[in-house]
Amino acid sequence: MPSANQTDPYLKAFARFEQPGASKQPSWLFPLRKAGIARFAELGFPTLKHEDWRFTNVSPIAKMPFKPVFDATPAGLARDTLAQFPFAKLPGAKLVFVNGHFIPGLSNTPALKDGAKVASLAAALVTDSALIEKHLGRYVRTEDNAFAALNNAFFADGGFVFVPAGSAIAEPVQLLFINTRADAGAAIHPRNLIVIESGAKATIIESYVSTASAPTFTNAVTEFSLGDNSIVEHCKFQDESAEAYHIAALHSRLGRTVNFSSHSIVTGAKLSRNNIRTTLDGEGIEAILNGVYLTSDDQLADHYMIVDHAKPHCASHEYFNGILSGKSRGVFHGRILVRPGAQKTDAKQTNKNLLLSDDASADTKPQLEIYADDVKCTHGATVGQLNDESIYYLRSRGIGLETARRMLIHAFAGEIIDRVKHDALREELDALLWDRLEQHDGVAVGR
Amino acid sequence: MTQHPILAIQNLHAGVEEKKILKGINLVIRPGEVHAIMGPNGSGKSTLAAILAGRDAYDVTAGEVIYQGKDLLEMDPEERAREGVFLAFQYPVEIPGVNSTYFLRAALNEQRKHRGQPELDAMEFLTLVKEKMKLLHLPDDLLKRAVNVGFSGGEKKRNEIFQMAVLEPRLAILDETDSGLDIDAMRIVAEGVNKLKRPDNATLMITHYQRLLNYIVPDFVHVLWDGRIAKSGGKELALELEEKGYDWLIKHEKVSA
Repeated sequence: MPSANQTDPYLKAFARFEQPGASKQPSWLFPLRKAGIARFAELGFPTLKHEDWRFTNVSPIAKMPFKPVFDATPAGLARDTLAQFPFAKLPGAKLVFVNGHFIPGLSNTPALKDGAKVASLAAALVTDSALIEKHLGRYVRTEDNAFAALNNAFFADGGFVFVPAGSAIAEPVQLLFINTRADAGAAIHPRNLIVIESGAKATIIESYVSTASAPTFTNAVTEFSLGDNSIVEHCKFQDESAEAYHIAALHSRLGRTVNFSSHSIVTGAKLSRNNIRTTLDGEGIEAILNGVYLTSDDQLADHYMIVDHAKPHCASHEYFNGILSGKSRGVFHGRILVRPGAQKTDAKQTNKNLLLSDDASADTKPQLEIYADDVKCTHGATVGQLNDESIYYLRSRGIGLETARRMLIHAFAGEIIDRVKHDALREELDALLWDRLEQHDGVAVGR
Repeated sequence: MTQHPILAIQNLHAGVEEKKILKGINLVIRPGEVHAIMGPNGSGKSTLAAILAGRDAYDVTAGEVIYQGKDLLEMDPEERAREGVFLAFQYPVEIPGVNSTYFLRAALNEQRKHRGQPELDAMEFLTLVKEKMKLLHLPDDLLKRAVNVGFSGGEKKRNEIFQMAVLEPRLAILDETDSGLDIDAMRIVAEGVNKLKRPDNATLMITHYQRLLNYIVPDFVHVLWDGRIAKSGGKELALELEEKGYDWLIKHEKVSA
């Protein structure tokens, strides 16, 4: 029974949306929002008693009356401050959101060919309402996800990317969400919709960063619709402040013969949860879900995966590596559903956790539900320290103990980064992780 | 020029937990020499190799190992390597994610730093290793791979000798280097080892079978039996062993207590 005093503040805040003229958004959107708040009221915030949240305690979020940031705060950020954030030098379309609101002055919106679009979702809801209505809210699943339901109710803005059939956006499209609020409780609900039609190609980078250290709450939903035969690479980079709470849903529907790589890089937030639901809704799909989480102090990084093999002849490969020091925790829950008839499924899931301190810990849980009989499904999980044999081998060639440990830790992160296809993106992630690892307690100092 | 022996093992006793494995090994290796230690399974060959290489799995209960006048057992594995000890492993470990070039250049530069020599950059390093790669018949792309990952058994062994060729050790210990190798691979390995021989370095082969000794000809052969060197001789001893077997040899020798 959800506690009313936790959900009430949200119900009250929602009432603002119901006022006439409260927003310029199209009327078809309203039922989605209402359903969202109703679902949220019904489910309430998850507790540790919920199986899917067993290891991740979100009561701090539930307890604070987080306030959605309704009004666009003045930018307060000069363009050159963007240089401090990752991927600043990559050319291409870039939408910058400050505290959840689109700031055109900080963004780049070059002309795109063939009618492709990269625009603020709020703006596109006015200019491209019919197109968006076909997709928005169709891929996100809220039956058991109170946070996603809450986003449906409260989202104000985010990125809208559209690539028409047969076309491509050559340079990576960036969606950058910057939290600048220093007061506790500021909440944003970014909403991204990426529609890639058949045969189209794109690379999408979603980044979440903070400039202040405060317990803010980011509750993001990103929906992907990938048309038949499209090729998409996606990278989500989360580096919010060590006080922040970050909950995100990435729900995607993949058409036949889609090639989809999605990388989740987590270095920030006090508590983060990525709920990644990938529906393979066509034959011949190849999906790579790849991620690395780097935690220290008392951080918690949680990845909850659902891969739904709805059709035959698809391959899904999940690789998640965690590097944990201090008293931090990694959580991984990998659910693979192979529906009846999804023959010749090739599903693989690997979660490896490297514990660099005595107090770090990892919880990892595979969950395979297989209803077809001619399939290949493997899963593996490890939780442990660096391999002694490997350390010894490096030392036997003259490499010192600390350097050997460092090399192996970098290699462990490198395994994940090596799967990023876009060269410039991969190189930057490599350098970024290298730097973070060097600062990370536990890498230089050892146990 | 009078020289220290490169290695002097004196009365070495070692074991693990309650079990005694080495029961008083004595061995002297001088510059320019090639030694072979042969013995059946369980004789203590791997234990000896492991102790020389600095693995801490065994307890040394008596005796000492002096390398170039220094106490080897006091040195960390990386110190031994920087001082010129190289162990070619019987089962080289795979290290995913650590690039071979990066690793070997780091190793070489540690040694150069130790000797007060300037470190090599990426280009200089590649130039140096190119011909050594050819010597060991290693494919060009090998250096792009992670250390030992995806290497066949033969490639792993050749890679060990390739590292040896790059690091140019003073004491090379080959631990059952021929195990799992076909004749061609063994020839390549032997050619590599022989090319690396200098008057100021030494090689210690630890081997079960005699055949490698046809290609890397030893000056001294020692038979290890039940934790002691039961007999020493020249290269003919290896042939005698091959012919008559360990059992026969031991029966005909007095094993010193």
